[in-house]
Amino acid sequence: MSFGKEHDLHKRRRGRNLGLGLVLIGFVAIMFGLTVVKVTEGQFAEALAGASRNE
Amino acid sequence: MSEVSIDRLYSDEPEFSDYFSLLKPRVMSLVVFTAIAGVVAAPGSIHPFVALVSIIFIALGGGASGALNMWYDADIDSIMSRTKSRPIPAGKISASEAKSFGIVLSVISVVMLGLASNWLAAFLLAFTIFFYVIVYTIWLKRMTPQNIVIGGAAGAFPPIIGWAVVTGNVGFESVLMFALIFIWTPPHFWSLALFMKNDYDSAEVPMLTVTNGRRSTRNHIFAYSCLLAVVALAIGFSSLSGPFYLLIAILFNVQLVFSAFKLWSRSEPECIADNSLLERKFFKFSLLYLFVHFAAIMIDSQINMTWLGSLI
Repeated sequence: MSFGKEHDLHKRRRGRNLGLGLVLIGFVAIMFGLTVVKVTEGQFAEALAGASRNE
Repeated sequence: MSEVSIDRLYSDEPEFSDYFSLLKPRVMSLVVFTAIAGVVAAPGSIHPFVALVSIIFIALGGGASGALNMWYDADIDSIMSRTKSRPIPAGKISASEAKSFGIVLSVISVVMLGLASNWLAAFLLAFTIFFYVIVYTIWLKRMTPQNIVIGGAAGAFPPIIGWAVVTGNVGFESVLMFALIFIWTPPHFWSLALFMKNDYDSAEVPMLTVTNGRRSTRNHIFAYSCLLAVVALAIGFSSLSGPFYLLIAILFNVQLVFSAFKLWSRSEPECIADNSLLERKFFKFSLLYLFVHFAAIMIDSQINMTWLGSLI
């Protein structure tokens, strides 16, 4: 089945997909930013040092 | 398949904005603002990006509990005129979909807050969601006219979470901010119940207006407003604030008690005659009241920091 012309349904689905896409991009940006902050503030190194002390 | 049948099949398919409105954006804005106040007023500092991410996930946790509230309250939301255009009663999103959406966002927000800041803040967020959904929505809302009083605690947690994000603990000052929202909530919602009277009646939600009557609700609003003024002014003498807050608190609490007194001394025929004008004004004023108090706390904390910085 195919739709000859654009239906309102397509607009809604496009809006939903676009919104979800932006949310996912935002989430990736947050994860990347957090990783950069944690590494540059030395928390990552501290965690590694703690882990090696526990071994 | 004809155009007409396609319209009928898909007319209720949700848009992105329907999912967003499941998060109760207006409530979320209050959560964001008070959580920011907690972060700004707390002693110490964190990286601005960590603060931003923490606020985002506190807001998401608040939104998730809103979605779970809409899932459970779908039956009464469809009765009340104020809520019947929400996505579930409007038939845009199914109740089970809203439940899954709320649970998934709750888990994501708690885990991400723990990873971004600390696990005490994450625990407090999880407890807030639990309190709002289980204790308030499922347990107390339909059982007792004191639902708003106890349920108000859930909305009062964000500044404590914001404080915990920065300090890693729950300080006395953050409990003062909690107390401000906790005592503010009942008169705010009771004034709403006074002018949305038919809504709660028909949904059989035991609001104070339904169980104890409108006279008793006015008494409660006045009593809680006096108590709120005491708490708000007490904060003015704590380490949380300074002269700016105290000045604002004096002005706004005189107005609060005066407005509550006018509501208290009013008769029902007067209320009907002006279509609950004073009740509506009180409701709007209470929103401004909370916003101004938290803004003053933030401003004073920055003034204090600058002043301490100049001494060192």
